[in-house]
Amino acid sequence: MADDGGTRMRVEADRSLCMGAGMCALNAPEVFDQDEDEGLVVVLDAEPPAGRRYAVRDAVHLCPASAIRLVEDQG
Amino acid sequence: MTVADQPTEVLAVPAERGATCPFDPPPAYDHARENDPVAQVSLFDGSTAWMLTRHEDVRAVLQDRRFSADATRAGFPFLSPGRRELATGKPTFIRMDDPEHARLRRMLTSDFVIKRVEEMRPQVRAIAVELLDAMTRGRDHADLVTEFALPLPSLVICLLLGVPYEDHAYFQKCSSTLLNSASSADEVHQAREELNDYIKRLAESKRDHGDQDIISRLMRREDLTPDEVATMGTLLLIAGHETTANMTSLSILTLLRMPEQMQRLRSDPALIRGAVEELLRYLSIVHTGLPRVATEDVEIGGRTIHAGDGVLLMINTANRDSATFPDADALDVGRDARRHLAFGFGVHQCLGQPLARAELQIALDVLLTGLPNLRLAVPFEEIPFRHDMLIYGVHSLPVAW
Repeated sequence: MADDGGTRMRVEADRSLCMGAGMCALNAPEVFDQDEDEGLVVVLDAEPPAGRRYAVRDAVHLCPASAIRLVEDQG
Repeated sequence: MTVADQPTEVLAVPAERGATCPFDPPPAYDHARENDPVAQVSLFDGSTAWMLTRHEDVRAVLQDRRFSADATRAGFPFLSPGRRELATGKPTFIRMDDPEHARLRRMLTSDFVIKRVEEMRPQVRAIAVELLDAMTRGRDHADLVTEFALPLPSLVICLLLGVPYEDHAYFQKCSSTLLNSASSADEVHQAREELNDYIKRLAESKRDHGDQDIISRLMRREDLTPDEVATMGTLLLIAGHETTANMTSLSILTLLRMPEQMQRLRSDPALIRGAVEELLRYLSIVHTGLPRVATEDVEIGGRTIHAGDGVLLMINTANRDSATFPDADALDVGRDARRHLAFGFGVHQCLGQPLARAELQIALDVLLTGLPNLRLAVPFEEIPFRHDMLIYGVHSLPVAW
């Protein structure tokens, strides 16, 4: 996991903020999905491999409701 | 408002578009972005509002819950009497704040999730191909707006909502009145009542059927009245076709004017996905600003926006901000334009954006593949642009192939 300069990352989502725009599922589909009932964010992979870092960063930046977060730990 | 360092001349909005390129925002807005990014502007009724034009500021305010989308709040900015009537007469969730906005919007989000829209692609493509066949059969020219760009999203939203497409002339006439900046408050009121009654009658007739379309499903909910269903249905019907229709026509016109960009897409269709984002950025058809009103004093770009001040967020000008998009006035179909604000930002960001993307990608692909010799059938100067409408675009687009 720590093959990207020694940092680990963790993904967090706050479904109470989510508006179902789907930008996360569009830009990082391996990490995020939307539930069937309300289209709200579902985290598929809370500790994605380093190779998904840029996709996750894009998803976080493009989320209109600030409902997802990337926590990068120095490790 | 803070008046200490205001320019003496206050810009009246909406401002005139420049004479040179009808794809560009009004020069006065570009000028404001570079020189006065939080500018005081005057509205039709003599009141003032703040106009924000930089990408960073527009994005920040759209995401800031201290700014309200509730048009019944004092200070909310309007651009015409008709627009005031449209926003306040029968408010939909796009003119509400949370939690009520979220409650209503979430009744619809599942219909537009990425996976659901992906499943619809073959059906959307089949409709596009059928329209292209009908348009080209035995002919070498047509109006792309009436024969392709408008019917494609209309047919799709009618299917989703359960609205009979045969009635399209009727509901398109109503939505045209609603979206025309020159319509009076009375005209807007009447058109909205008519369209609302139409959807309400339709909804009532669906009550006891087990249909799966959106209006039928909303009617089966116990937490919505038939009036609320009609209001939501009307919003979706209008939002679902006017926007994509105009983006489609304007995208084709833009590409016809920039043959080297068109050629790149024709030779590498894999670029279409990104090109749609770039065209959304470049054209930004919601061109008169997203209105909000401050509910607290907020500092933006060194200015204090006071509680009760109206704000217009110019997404078209923000999308041409070279601080975010290098060489922003140039269309580059290979650019990563995903940070554009064409669908808005914040909790009100377009609900139907996955569908809009799918429709635009399919429309461009079908037209570019099916019509290798596509060209304008009249001089560019004769194309009637929709300066008078809430959604920018062209009234007609005569093309030949």
